[in-house]
Amino acid sequence: MKAFLLSLRSEFYKTRKTLAFWCAILLPLLICLLMTIGFLTNANNMTSWSGELLWIRYVGGVLNIMGVLLLPMFVVFTAYSVNNIEHKADTWKMLFSLPLPKFAVYAAKYVYALLLILVSLILFVVFTIGFANLLSAIKPGLRFNEYHMEFTLVQVYFKLLLSALGMLSLQFLFSLLWKDFLKPMGIGFVGTISGVIMASVGWKHAYLFPYSHPMLALTTMMPRTKSAGAGKQLVINILTDDVYVSLAVAVVVFFAGYFILLKRSIK
Amino acid sequence: MVINTEGLTFNFGDQKVVNSLSLQVPQGSIYGFLGPNGAGKTTTIKLLLNLLKTDEGSISVFGKDLNRNRIEILSKIGSLIEQPAIYLHLTGRENLVNRVGLLQLPASRVDEMLELVQLKQAANKKAGQYSLGMKQRLGIALALLSDPELLILDEPTNGLDPNGIIEIRELLINLTRKHGKTVFISSHLLSEIERMATHVGIINNGSMLFQGSINELEALNQALLLIEIDNTVDAANLLKRHHYEVAQVTETLVGLPYVSKQESGDINTLLINNGYTVYSIGKQQQDLETLFLSITQKA
Repeated sequence: MKAFLLSLRSEFYKTRKTLAFWCAILLPLLICLLMTIGFLTNANNMTSWSGELLWIRYVGGVLNIMGVLLLPMFVVFTAYSVNNIEHKADTWKMLFSLPLPKFAVYAAKYVYALLLILVSLILFVVFTIGFANLLSAIKPGLRFNEYHMEFTLVQVYFKLLLSALGMLSLQFLFSLLWKDFLKPMGIGFVGTISGVIMASVGWKHAYLFPYSHPMLALTTMMPRTKSAGAGKQLVINILTDDVYVSLAVAVVVFFAGYFILLKRSIK
Repeated sequence: MVINTEGLTFNFGDQKVVNSLSLQVPQGSIYGFLGPNGAGKTTTIKLLLNLLKTDEGSISVFGKDLNRNRIEILSKIGSLIEQPAIYLHLTGRENLVNRVGLLQLPASRVDEMLELVQLKQAANKKAGQYSLGMKQRLGIALALLSDPELLILDEPTNGLDPNGIIEIRELLINLTRKHGKTVFISSHLLSEIERMATHVGIINNGSMLFQGSINELEALNQALLLIEIDNTVDAANLLKRHHYEVAQVTETLVGLPYVSKQESGDINTLLINNGYTVYSIGKQQQDLETLFLSITQKA
């Protein structure tokens, strides 16, 4: 356990000045900032909206980008960059000749990638709430303060996190095995596009495909009834079939990856 | 023995990269592990560090089986394999700090090591901007960081200038003589390590061709009697007719295995009595490099 924590700390130390780390912070900041600017410039058209509708539009705007493209690509990128730091410096052999259990080194790397995604999603929640409140302070016509959905927001992002774990494990394994950028990136990209298509045409087996989970997580929560103000638009149900599949894939691939690592010669 | 392997074998596909290797590295030695490029040196080193799984045979380090005591053994080994494994986006100091954190060593080791490999000035520069020699020195600093009992170095003088090579050599001699450490160092150049090695193993095509102390290697080294003479080909034929073994014939020289002073005199007399002009005659020791080449080429 100590070796795991030391390795985890080392992962942070190594990446703290890299884009991989800052991406986790800058991505939510940038998206929420852009959304806020959009709302500010259109504020006059929205003064008639209820607090609930404002929140749903604001949160929905961010979530749509996230679920369709950004979260999957961010997962692909993070899985790649935590592994690439060792490929690039040719440090795998050194890492595995240190007096640390191989599993601790491997698990710390995986957990670090997971933490980067967790941090990013937490920041999405924080920035969404922060900017929404800022909006109603700057433009009192925007009545964000009349409605509260902080807890719902946390649930939504928690579900997104769970839905991304399956593809994280897969991408982590690809990036561990392949040194070059194109293979894991290509698979991730093609996987994501296929996943989005499967989920959006409503194929009944889409829930078995890890790359469609982020999109499914959202579509199962936001049924496509676009009539504004038609009651609740968000149906929170975290443990759906796709989330179970995502978790199962994550666990199985994580351990399979470790055994593949043990069998392979370390370059 | 610090390292003891028995019948160590490793295959890449159906190619035997390491073939039934028995290494014996005594405590306190500088063991020069020699062989041409592609002889299996790096593979052997990776086996010793448990980076590759052995197909056959056993490895014991510090008297313990490597597979069963991996962490305990690795905690007493410092290593540098091929090009040094350093993070180029971190500074030299950060590379050391990262390792100190991982291995829970005292923070003071960072400055001690920077001092030792003379990287203090460049400590806060990114390792990506280092020259090859500086990277190599940082790699050595990383290997020495935990004050290991056994140092395993794979071609550590690659990219170092002559001064750098001398410094490393002195450092390694100092570590073994004064601090009782053991050094296992690979190289494809005998000349590079013959001045510090106490023991030598020569490997080619995955098999051990020679293993022993440097004195034993020198004993293998047969002296030649070199004769500078006007007509070398005829002279060589004359010597052969008189049942002398001729080792080499060039345009100016005839060489024979050296036996004794008496025999050298006899040969001289024989040549002069047959009307040859002998310009010079003398015993010459082959250098180790030639010996090394002849050992690796015979196989």
